[in-house]
Amino acid sequence: MSSNDTVQKTVKVALLLCLVCSIVVSGAAVILKPVQQANKALDRKTNILAAAGIETKGQDIDALFHQFTPKVVDLDAGVYTSAVDAETYDQRKAAKNPKLSDALSDDVDIASINRRERYATVYLLKKEGKLERIIIPVHGYGLWSTLYGFLALEGDGKTVAGLGFYSHAETPGLGGEVDNPRWKSQWVGKRIFDEQGQTQIELVKSVDPSDPRAVYKVDALSGATLTSNGVENLIRFWVGEKGFGSYLANLRAGEV
Amino acid sequence: MSEVTAKSVVVTPIFENNPIALQILGICSALAVTSSLQVTLVMCIALTLVTAFSNLSIAAIRHHIPSSIRIIVQMIIIASLVIVVDQILKAYAYSISKQLSVFVGLIITNCIVMGRAEAFAMKNPPGLSFLDGIGNGLGYSVVLISVAVIRELFGAGKLFGIEIFSLVNDGGWYVPNGLLLLPPSAFFIIGLLIWALRSWKPNQVEAKEYEIAPQTTGMQEAH
Repeated sequence: MSSNDTVQKTVKVALLLCLVCSIVVSGAAVILKPVQQANKALDRKTNILAAAGIETKGQDIDALFHQFTPKVVDLDAGVYTSAVDAETYDQRKAAKNPKLSDALSDDVDIASINRRERYATVYLLKKEGKLERIIIPVHGYGLWSTLYGFLALEGDGKTVAGLGFYSHAETPGLGGEVDNPRWKSQWVGKRIFDEQGQTQIELVKSVDPSDPRAVYKVDALSGATLTSNGVENLIRFWVGEKGFGSYLANLRAGEV
Repeated sequence: MSEVTAKSVVVTPIFENNPIALQILGICSALAVTSSLQVTLVMCIALTLVTAFSNLSIAAIRHHIPSSIRIIVQMIIIASLVIVVDQILKAYAYSISKQLSVFVGLIITNCIVMGRAEAFAMKNPPGLSFLDGIGNGLGYSVVLISVAVIRELFGAGKLFGIEIFSLVNDGGWYVPNGLLLLPPSAFFIIGLLIWALRSWKPNQVEAKEYEIAPQTTGMQEAH
């Protein structure tokens, strides 16, 4: 064993080992990369479909997703833009890139996201030339984590068709119930805006069905006040002035 | 351990010398990944494979490892294997790898892997070391799977995501115990399992090394 402890032997073993291990690791990474990327893309598509309220179990995700047209929206102007390619644009990365995003001041940053990207990808579903669904990406801070998800709106641009989060780390059983299908289902049919185009949607302790404003109200999650506040804030942010507000206003006016 | 045979290295770690229950190693992942059975199972397979193959490769080159850098050598081999496992999971079990997230990477720091490499693979031939890795992986799996069954069944009313108890939320009768979905519950369950195991096999109860300060027993560092 003593011959192992010479400097030459130590360096030789260390170098050889590093070489072998790096080949193994990089080999695995390179060979498996295409499969991994396909998985990621499929996962995103599944989430978008889930938010749109389309049943995906046991169906061909790609075929279902093919009905949707991705479009890039310039959030400040509220119109479609061709500044970036919808197929390759990575919105989550752009939000961290100073060239593609703007810092938010505290008074407008109700969703606690610090920076907002300039462009966002929306997914449109058209049937016989008529707009049926608009799916917009949303994210914001809950209790422990940033929740990422999609909000689906009806073609009128103010009625909710579905809401779903694909990434969060809220407390399982409490805030984690944002994934509960029963909770998510009560969003369907709720109104985001009133007739004047003001944002009205809110999460409340319990919705009284006889309340004339019940259409703007969603039951908050019990035992998860901070997550509920986070969800309310992020929805209000993303349909608001700094989010998709001007785009949705243009859409309702029939201008885009 | 008296005699080291192929059978004994696989079987003894399951109950006699369980890495979690007796050696109190690898506790942190046991807390983190046991809230659903499916995820736990994948974690157990990943850990068993990493332990087995790291033992195999370390044992194969054990006569060439300079003792001054032996820990680094072990770490590099373990880390490489863990990255490979993580890449495979990302490719073929994407949704599970998303749930396991950082814990696959943390297999590197799991004391079972490192402990077996240092304690067994450095002194024994590759074949036997490989089996020792499998055995310790199984020992880890036995505990994790028992914990996961209890946590998922009583915490969410499900097993493998299939509903066993119909939940009150969905109009059924079972009120899920939310505590069981939180990490501390795994501590309670592991504690109870260790209690049960030591009542069954009283020779596993450790002798008190210091009457005054029993918490300073040197072997019990839990990582």
